[in-house]
Amino acid sequence: MGMTAIEKILAKNSGQELVKPGDLVVVKVGTAVLYDNNFVPSIWRDILKVYDPERVVVVFDHRVPAKDIISATAQKTGRDFVKKFNIERFHDVGAKQGISHVLVAEHGYALPGSVLVCGDSHTCSAGVFNCAARGTGAPDMFYAVTKGETWFRVGETIRYDFEGTLKSPVSMKDVFLHIADTYGSHANQNVEFGGGALPSLSINARRTMTTMCAELSAEFATFEPDDVMLDYVRERNPAPFEAQYPDEDANYLARRTINLDKMEPLVALPDTVLENSQKVGDVAGTHIDQAFIGSCANGTLDDFAAAAAVLKGNKVASNVRLLVTPGTQNIYLEALRHGYIETLIEAGAVVTNATCGACGGGHLGVLAAGESCITASTRNFKGRMGDPDSKVYMGSPATVAASAIKGTIADPRDFVN
Amino acid sequence: MEFTGKTWKFGDNINTDLILPGRAQLFTEAEQFRCVFEGNRPGWIDEVASGDVLIGGHNFGMGSSRPAARSLRNTGLACMVAESINGLFYRNCVNWGFLALECDGISTAFEEGDEAKVSFEDFTVNNSRTGDILQSRLVPDILFNTMKAGGVLPLLEAEGLIAAAE
Repeated sequence: MGMTAIEKILAKNSGQELVKPGDLVVVKVGTAVLYDNNFVPSIWRDILKVYDPERVVVVFDHRVPAKDIISATAQKTGRDFVKKFNIERFHDVGAKQGISHVLVAEHGYALPGSVLVCGDSHTCSAGVFNCAARGTGAPDMFYAVTKGETWFRVGETIRYDFEGTLKSPVSMKDVFLHIADTYGSHANQNVEFGGGALPSLSINARRTMTTMCAELSAEFATFEPDDVMLDYVRERNPAPFEAQYPDEDANYLARRTINLDKMEPLVALPDTVLENSQKVGDVAGTHIDQAFIGSCANGTLDDFAAAAAVLKGNKVASNVRLLVTPGTQNIYLEALRHGYIETLIEAGAVVTNATCGACGGGHLGVLAAGESCITASTRNFKGRMGDPDSKVYMGSPATVAASAIKGTIADPRDFVN
Repeated sequence: MEFTGKTWKFGDNINTDLILPGRAQLFTEAEQFRCVFEGNRPGWIDEVASGDVLIGGHNFGMGSSRPAARSLRNTGLACMVAESINGLFYRNCVNWGFLALECDGISTAFEEGDEAKVSFEDFTVNNSRTGDILQSRLVPDILFNTMKAGGVLPLLEAEGLIAAAE
């Protein structure tokens, strides 16, 4: 019996010939990413032994620079841990600052065919690199860091094949909203992506998709390897790896083809992305107070380019606050060099430092009761970005930028072709 | 190991931002559980009593990795039985030591307030009012032992890998 890509990765890292749905596997952890939330006083327990400091990455991303005393205390604890165990891959406030999942991509930390865990739910982001990457809880991270292993329940796999071509300003965010709207929850299932359109999709675009798979409640999101991805990793990390391709006779619960030519801008209504989206035209005119572009899903240079293309020569409406947060300081610098930052600021956007920021309602753009936001970030749960009585709509960076100009939800195709 | 308690019912796709709101993320453990369900069911935290049982729908606990399972445990709930539990939330139930079962048909078998008898010997759930007995999915030993032990932290402590709680 053949195996899907994720089943092969889990088999390889658990030392088994065959892994199948229903199994519980114990795997070696290749990379364990600790982040500022793990060091918060109500969570942190001093680690006395580290299995292998070279497998550990430490990132501060949720509240950087520290927004209050507890955040500052957490980061101080993190710095002490890094020093104690000589952790080399450390991303403090400064030039190497950024959101963990974006940094994992930028630095090639997620090796194809390996296992990566992090105590943040959007860790599935690194599945773009054919990596078994999963968000875990904080206790899982203590276990992985001290013992070098973790466990996974193996679910069934759904395969998506991308065919055709995405037509700008339609983006992978819209494709994701289409999948979430059409097929709903993928709880306890894995998703695998491939298809003829793969070479035309940038790593950033693919990573928007894998990151958002947390919102499908998927266990793992894995792309089939191709040269674009393998070259991307090799350029960033000299370490050897063994990418895992799905077997031809792999057993999928379902196989679905997504025709990219047919995609169009969608907007998810507040509280969930599952079976809850509409065509942008059907919600156009909906009032908004804030517009946000950022997060591990949409803080990439591609997203800055999409927003700048819409905002060039336009102004943000007087009733709207447009906030843009890059995924890393390196992306910030690249966006500056490309002139995107100038375009955004001239249009009236506020560009912040790299952090999770407004996405989790932690800082840099929290919503009051009764306010509405359209966001190109990860999650639109009730109260996600502030007061429980605020509303969060979700769209692509282009849709968010167009909405910021109009002052109400708007179609990006009104501004760019 | 068996618990008998009054049930509280919740629907499908109850997410972690409802269980533990973002605004509470930096609070102390004792402050955090006071915020449980404040967005969707204000006042519940004052009504729930020690030993009660939560009945959940499908994909309970979808969302983030925050210590929401710990907060549910800290409300005094004896355990939870849901139609299905989100994968990440399930990990957190195991690793924070919150007893949780998955059981087909549980949300239709119970009305809120019914008394549930939950057995962690044979993983059955008994509705005292109707007499219905439902069989939950079995929990693998390796996971159940961790859940029962109060989660993974006491085990790591015993092995000298992390410091004792202050």
